[in-house]
Amino acid sequence: MEINYLKKNILDKKFGRRSFLIGSSQLILVGFLIRQIRQIQLNESEKYRLLAEENRIDIEILPPLRGVIFDKKGTILAKNKENYRIKILRDKNINLPNVMENLSKLINISEERKIEIIKKLEKKRSNSSIIIAENLSWIEFKQVLVNLPSLPGIVPEVDLKRFYTKKELLAHLLGYVGVISRKDLKRISTDDPILQIQDFKIGKVGIEKGLDKYLRGQVGLGKFEVNASGKIIRKLAEEPSSSGKDIHLTIDSNLQKFSMLRIKEYSASAVVIDLSNGGIICMVSNPSYDPNKFVEGISQEDWDILLQSKNQPLANKAISGNYPPGSTFKMIVAIAALEDNLINPEDLFECNGFYELEQRKFHCWKYSGHASTDLLKGIEESCDVYFYNLAERIGIERIAKTARKFGIGITPNLPLSGISKGLLPSKSWKKNTKNQSWFTGDTLNSGIGQGYLLSTPIQIAIMTARIATGLEIKPSLLKAIDGKPVKYDKHKLLDIKKSTLDIIRQAMFGVVNNKTGTAFNSRLINETKIFAGKTGTSQIRQISEQERKKGIIKNQDLPRNQRDHALFTGYAPFTNPKFSVSIVVEHGGSGGKVAAPIARDILLYALNGALPSLQEYPAEERNKMNSIINNIKREMISI
Amino acid sequence: MLYSVADGDYEKWSKPQLERFLIGFVIMLIMGCVGIDFWRACSPFVYFFGVLLLIAVFFFGDYGGGAKRWLEFGSFRFQPSEIMKVGLVMFLAIYYDWLKPANTSKIFWVIIPIIITVLPTALIIPQPDLGTGTIIAMTGVTMMFAAGVHYFYFLIVVFLIPAFLVLLFYSRNTSWQLVTDYQFNRIDTFLNPEKDPLGVGYQITQSKIALGSGGLEGKGFMQGSQSQLDFLPYKHTDFIFTTIAEEFGFFGGVGLLLIYSAILIFCLFSAFKNKNRFGSLLTIGLSTTFFSYFFVNIAAVTGMAPVTGVPLPLISYGGSAMLVVLGIFGLIQSSHVHRLIKKD
Repeated sequence: MEINYLKKNILDKKFGRRSFLIGSSQLILVGFLIRQIRQIQLNESEKYRLLAEENRIDIEILPPLRGVIFDKKGTILAKNKENYRIKILRDKNINLPNVMENLSKLINISEERKIEIIKKLEKKRSNSSIIIAENLSWIEFKQVLVNLPSLPGIVPEVDLKRFYTKKELLAHLLGYVGVISRKDLKRISTDDPILQIQDFKIGKVGIEKGLDKYLRGQVGLGKFEVNASGKIIRKLAEEPSSSGKDIHLTIDSNLQKFSMLRIKEYSASAVVIDLSNGGIICMVSNPSYDPNKFVEGISQEDWDILLQSKNQPLANKAISGNYPPGSTFKMIVAIAALEDNLINPEDLFECNGFYELEQRKFHCWKYSGHASTDLLKGIEESCDVYFYNLAERIGIERIAKTARKFGIGITPNLPLSGISKGLLPSKSWKKNTKNQSWFTGDTLNSGIGQGYLLSTPIQIAIMTARIATGLEIKPSLLKAIDGKPVKYDKHKLLDIKKSTLDIIRQAMFGVVNNKTGTAFNSRLINETKIFAGKTGTSQIRQISEQERKKGIIKNQDLPRNQRDHALFTGYAPFTNPKFSVSIVVEHGGSGGKVAAPIARDILLYALNGALPSLQEYPAEERNKMNSIINNIKREMISI
Repeated sequence: MLYSVADGDYEKWSKPQLERFLIGFVIMLIMGCVGIDFWRACSPFVYFFGVLLLIAVFFFGDYGGGAKRWLEFGSFRFQPSEIMKVGLVMFLAIYYDWLKPANTSKIFWVIIPIIITVLPTALIIPQPDLGTGTIIAMTGVTMMFAAGVHYFYFLIVVFLIPAFLVLLFYSRNTSWQLVTDYQFNRIDTFLNPEKDPLGVGYQITQSKIALGSGGLEGKGFMQGSQSQLDFLPYKHTDFIFTTIAEEFGFFGGVGLLLIYSAILIFCLFSAFKNKNRFGSLLTIGLSTTFFSYFFVNIAAVTGMAPVTGVPLPLISYGGSAMLVVLGIFGLIQSSHVHRLIKKD
């Protein structure tokens, strides 16, 4: 018993020792735990706090609304239109086929599309979504909204999409927006976070491109609390996006519409400039296209049609079409000669139908010739021989210098894409590009706006605007940005004598209003609206000596692409110029017959602000005009 | 706490868990009142019942979270390895109670408890459940240590462990691979959680972020962004400690550890005072089991040990672990209540 007790005592002591060791080692281990927790929670707390915030907060870039584009009177030309669409969320708990079945009772979805959507969705991450249908009508969209309880996972959304209200009418001018491409990114080279928005659309062509920086707006930043799967729990803060600035253009969409209808049957372009401020109130190019097709990415089919169709519907001919200005250039030559006192307006030159230079004949358009010709007659009747004489006398450099003063060969500063500079040839230009010397013959050809010389309809309109006003009119398209009127620099006086301009204006008056003028048939009889101008019929083929002898082939007998371009430029009213106009009808034939009547009608519409009345036309024109105006009237309502 | 991680939804986790707790608490009190001799008599049955269940899991077990650990009886699911933790302690306690103290360190009498320990361990590790297996093995060793087996044997164990680890890694990708790829992955992740921050290491990384962002005072009840926004995995079960530490900070986390430690210290004194060898061995063994629960859990979520799927006692959501822990407390209470009753 005693021994047992002793043993028991020893055993107890041993157990006590052992259990103390166990207990204390456990407590030491707890100490390690506390040490580790202390390390994480106290020493490294800052680091983990940041990481937790990063986890929790998702910063999203909020795209801004694109600025709206108006015409000068406040008519909306480009806006952001609601695009009703529905998306479906990936969620395991949804019976997809069932939902799709219910949905197809409300909106039109093909069987294949249903299968495609289900397949696509199953590959997606949880909480991500795909678009089922876009551009739904409000009625369809409403149906979906009402039936949402039976459509789990379906998310109705209103997206905004660029919409061009006037479609073909302003396609070239406004251009269109499209998803930003890598090429665009290279070109823009800014670090604006807006460009990182997926599928963000920027202006690709036209005003949309030229004024993109105003229209685009500023991004906003949304701070959202998100959970582990990226689902937004709540909005923490928002720095709202500021929408792009609204733009008011100088364009008058009614005049635009009228002009478009007036040139409808031709491959042509027209530009009208408001002489009070240089604002372009009309710029049309026919044929055209519907820019809305480009907004969501044009289909290959539509694209092929545009590429294959004749007369380049995608080109804005008013600014990118390069044409020999033909006789519309004669004013420049005359001004150059007068300014340098190389002729007097009364000086006479004999026209026998051709001008001979080093055994080479330079022909006048009039085979029989114009006989004795002074400056007024030279312009009114557009005598080529008169201008061969002038050109030879003053030389190409003087011609080019004067042309530049009037905007020929200068790229107009407009917020558009694809603006052409035209081509104002010179001795050095020919040497550099063709490695040939300049011949006097080249000067003669330039003197009548042919040869190497190329200009665009907008340049010709600028030239006429400057002749009409004597001011250095600079064209513009911007009336107001964000409601604030754009200030123009006051147009400077041209460095040209008033007497010179007066003579030229007088001559241009004669072109339209003298019986012998090349555009006499296009005159107006309303005293207050009488206009002045100059025809141009620019030749695009060589006429051989044999052909001349046999008789020149008439335009209507030539294949279309060899026919002359018909040009006209003018301003109205003669006494108090308000508008200048420039028309180019590709392969239209005679400037006087084809381009001048169009210019007259467009000027008249610009002056009236409404359809012309027959009383303003000479009696013999009224029948023809009656049917033209009636046709246009009918179509203007329908657009 | 479950209320917080369920985003303020009482019905979701808190209510069933509270019901379970109340049931378990009553069971615990009843167990505490039952005489220690009854439990002594039960011990072999509990052990062998546990072994049988483990074998049953081997054949009929349910999969859950990539491992075959569960047995299902109707709607009742539980892990037999939990019963085994208690059963082993009870069986070893009765073994040493029965064994003459003089024989404790004799080699034959040492091998027997080793077999008793290795049998369930070998059944649990392939489930695969490396964590519980290790806990079982360590519990067995602790029991033997407490019983007074000579230090010499433990010295061998201390040398065997590194040898075993070397062997373990050496066996990787060979035909005699000792543990599964899944377990190797967990170990890899533990050793280098940043290697795969969105895969397996995601849990540890997010858990550390939760802990660290809690700071000294925590973000406040139900204010933990990591747990409330679902960044934490298993936030209501194995990773609940991170939510505590995130929302109540260093004070909360350490406070909980101190409460656990107080329980341990109580058990230690209870074991000291116990005149009944079975009772004191049982108490020291079960307190070790309890310790292993919270130690392995917290070590895992703080990135000190591999994630093994051991719940935090009395706090994590889950029935069988809670019942077992309360059962452990019941047994400890029973042996404490009957500490003065000597055998014979």
